Amino acid sequence: MMDKLHASDKHIINSLQGGFPVCEQPWSVLAEQLAMPVDEIISRIENLMRNGYINRFGPIYNAEKIGGGLTLAAMKIPPNRFEEVTEMVNTYDEVAHNYQRDHVLNMWFVLATERPEQIRKVINKIEKQTGLLVYNMPKKEEYFLGLKFEV
Amino acid sequence: MLDERRLITVLQHGLPLVSRPYAAIAEQIGSSEQEVMAHISAMKNRGDIKRFGVVVRHRKLGYQANAMVVWNIPDQRVDELGSCFGKFEFVNLSYRRPRRMPDWPYNLFCMIHGHDRDDVLNKLAQMITSCQVTDLPHAILFSTHCYKQRGAIYIHDQSTQQETTRVRCA
Repeated sequence: MMDKLHASDKHIINSLQGGFPVCEQPWSVLAEQLAMPVDEIISRIENLMRNGYINRFGPIYNAEKIGGGLTLAAMKIPPNRFEEVTEMVNTYDEVAHNYQRDHVLNMWFVLATERPEQIRKVINKIEKQTGLLVYNMPKKEEYFLGLKFEV
Repeated sequence: MLDERRLITVLQHGLPLVSRPYAAIAEQIGSSEQEVMAHISAMKNRGDIKRFGVVVRHRKLGYQANAMVVWNIPDQRVDELGSCFGKFEFVNLSYRRPRRMPDWPYNLFCMIHGHDRDDVLNKLAQMITSCQVTDLPHAILFSTHCYKQRGAIYIHDQSTQQETTRVRCA
């Protein structure tokens, strides 16, 4: 877990969550900021990605602003159907995260679509395919969204 | 001319780890390095891109317990309490969402990440005291299993098909 990470890896993770430079030679800028050679930064990031510490390296979009659809949805799945329904739901490209949670509403997933109106269509398809209700709970107001995890 | 839809599509998968990543992106979408950089900067400034950098897997980094704490709050107090909850450094998200009666009376959602469940519960107790919400009903939904975890892919192309099959949880 975390203790396997070298101090330099932690340094990279903490710094690069804040932002990646947008310029011709972003690695040189980072090398200076992190006081680490370019080759070392790149190989450490490659390793962190390969070992699953880093998911991805790029933008987090604001769905509404780029014209996309994004929502949180939940389902109440009978325990004996849980695996089957999970498999079904996860086959949809639009499903990003999917977590089982300890509640009657036991499955919680995030849907992302290119256009907002497609959310409804995907939900209808899932409901038809599974015979279960999908509770759609889109964001109404954002009070806070933190995007950094210190290590 | 830069095609924004193509830029968004390609960037969803992340930047390539090459010496000039923006030149590599430009080549993929038939644009120039300068245009790609200018456009990404503009999208950041407009808020189309909330953050541009490394996206971590929090579980793998030692944040093992992930709880969604939901509250049933009188409508006129949601804004006030949503902001109050959002001020804690361990709260990653504080959103108002619709109730779904009769099964779901909760209208304010917070995500709390902690090193274990006790850690999360201690943090929650701190929020309850500090925002004075002992009298308001809440529920704690710990995640018991992660089935899929990746970035939101808004625009699907051939490469996303592959990505879906590779999705795994940390």
